[in-house]
Amino acid sequence: MEQGLTQTAFAPALSPTARRRQLREKAIAGFITLMAFTGIAALILIIVFVAKEALALFTDPAARHEASFSKMFLAQDVPPGRPPFRWQPVSRIPKVSMIPLFVGTLKTTVVSMLVAVPLGVFGALFAAEFAPRRMRELLKPVIELLAGIPSVVLGFFALMVMSTVVKDLFHFDRPLNAMLAGLGLALAIVPVIFTVSEDALTSVPRSYREASLALGATPWETAWKVVLPAAAPGILAACVLGFGRAIGETMIVLMASGNADVISWSLGDSARSLSATIAAEMGEVVVGSPHYSLLFFIGVQLFVFTFVLNLIASTWTKRVVRKLTGGAA
Amino acid sequence: MKAFLQSLVVAVLLALPLAAQAGTLTVKGSDTMVILGQRWAEEFMKKNASTKVQVTGGGSGVGLAALQNGTTEIAMSSREMKDAEKQKLRTRYNTTGTEIPVAKDGVTFYVNEANPLNALTVEQLRGIYVGDITNWKQLGGADAPIIIYSRENSSGTYVFVKDHVLDGEDYAASAQTLPGTAAVVNAVSKEKNSIGYGGAAYAKGIKELKIKVGNEEIAPTAENIKAGKYPLARDLYFYLRNKPSGEAKTFIDFALSPEGQALVTKVGYFPVK
Repeated sequence: MEQGLTQTAFAPALSPTARRRQLREKAIAGFITLMAFTGIAALILIIVFVAKEALALFTDPAARHEASFSKMFLAQDVPPGRPPFRWQPVSRIPKVSMIPLFVGTLKTTVVSMLVAVPLGVFGALFAAEFAPRRMRELLKPVIELLAGIPSVVLGFFALMVMSTVVKDLFHFDRPLNAMLAGLGLALAIVPVIFTVSEDALTSVPRSYREASLALGATPWETAWKVVLPAAAPGILAACVLGFGRAIGETMIVLMASGNADVISWSLGDSARSLSATIAAEMGEVVVGSPHYSLLFFIGVQLFVFTFVLNLIASTWTKRVVRKLTGGAA
Repeated sequence: MKAFLQSLVVAVLLALPLAAQAGTLTVKGSDTMVILGQRWAEEFMKKNASTKVQVTGGGSGVGLAALQNGTTEIAMSSREMKDAEKQKLRTRYNTTGTEIPVAKDGVTFYVNEANPLNALTVEQLRGIYVGDITNWKQLGGADAPIIIYSRENSSGTYVFVKDHVLDGEDYAASAQTLPGTAAVVNAVSKEKNSIGYGGAAYAKGIKELKIKVGNEEIAPTAENIKAGKYPLARDLYFYLRNKPSGEAKTFIDFALSPEGQALVTKVGYFPVK
């Protein structure tokens, strides 16, 4: 109390301009904080809303009967010759197995990541390390432009143009399959991985490269053994971002995968993904029915998947950073 | 694309409380019926300038959900209302709704033009769609696997085929689902071993299968559907919460008038009367 008094007593009198500036600073800081908290609040509200709609699966007896955990995740008793895992929620006896949806999501996501990660990362490495300056200046904005193509357009492209090419190339029976959906997804993800990786690579300090070259390493060795590892956390972040997009991307999969609830590991078969299922069925569903809650439950699962993956990636990134900096950070 | 729009529509529905303005009539639902609804609305508004009729699609279920939520006066549906939906209406508005058949449609099965088959029985179609028949050879066609295209379960046509062709059984797991009849037609026109289905109005550029009944092969034509011969004819409905009154009644009366029914034929469906 006393201290406070003395402080104010001895504080130098502020000029009116300085005081105004101080006030303005405070107002701006307050505004930014407000925005940040609004954003966080909106996010929490979305999660709460989705979870609340899914909750009926556990609280409503009718829903619990129709879509119990065993029906979602375990094989069901079926007549001989019929598959035990089905996603047929509008059936006379609703079948709500999540397994075909998991398989479909996994298939399309894995294909897209297998294609997009090497393309995106090596493309970024080329742009950051080897491309002549003028080329890089052209390459980067062009690929960033690609990132802006709406996914509907990519899905349409996959459906109308790529489907016959892919079918003939791999000798598949059906034009719409997991491979096509995965390749379509890769088109959406490559720009994401490329741009974020490129940023990570270019922000590796010049001194690293110069030190490496001075030690007699070739430009290739420098890029591969020095710059790439140094940018590893950023590149990993790029891949996680790409994965998040792949698992959540809806339009492309909806249009190109065929959406059949089959369980098979063949890439020539159709696949039904979690996100596409929500998009395809949300329009028809009777609001408040078990099917409706199920779709929200799928949303919760998608959220959990990306959340867990982000968690794993961020712990791994920390470990890499610690290793690279010798435990100093 | 359409399914995405549907989900958008639902999101909007959930966000908006009921907003019915005087002088506007909202008609919402079945994508099969959108073209028809729009033609009716156009002609109707030429005569009744004071009334604005807004017609939007989204799917039968979207329309019926909107009816339950009070965001549309008339729901278009290519299938009958489900029990769960009736139940909702009863608890919310204490009515069971009013069902008005306004047009007929023949659900048609399509195959690629290169397919030698012209007609199949309903049993054969059932065999294909539940997965018991997997090769065209079994039906007297080429030795090639059958690629099955179906609609998303958000479609009224999907439910119709399930009830009237599959006897309520599940579709084969290998049945691929596509958003919209136009997508099915496009897929069938490109893939020579495929089969698909949809409304008759869309059947362009592929071969329409006739339905074999006994020794007769029946095509989905106006005469056959009107005479009740074509086995896969279905009604297209308007649904309302209560008995039609006011603007809704004038609009429905117009749709059922000879002039309105002539428009049905023009669009490619079949009149109810």
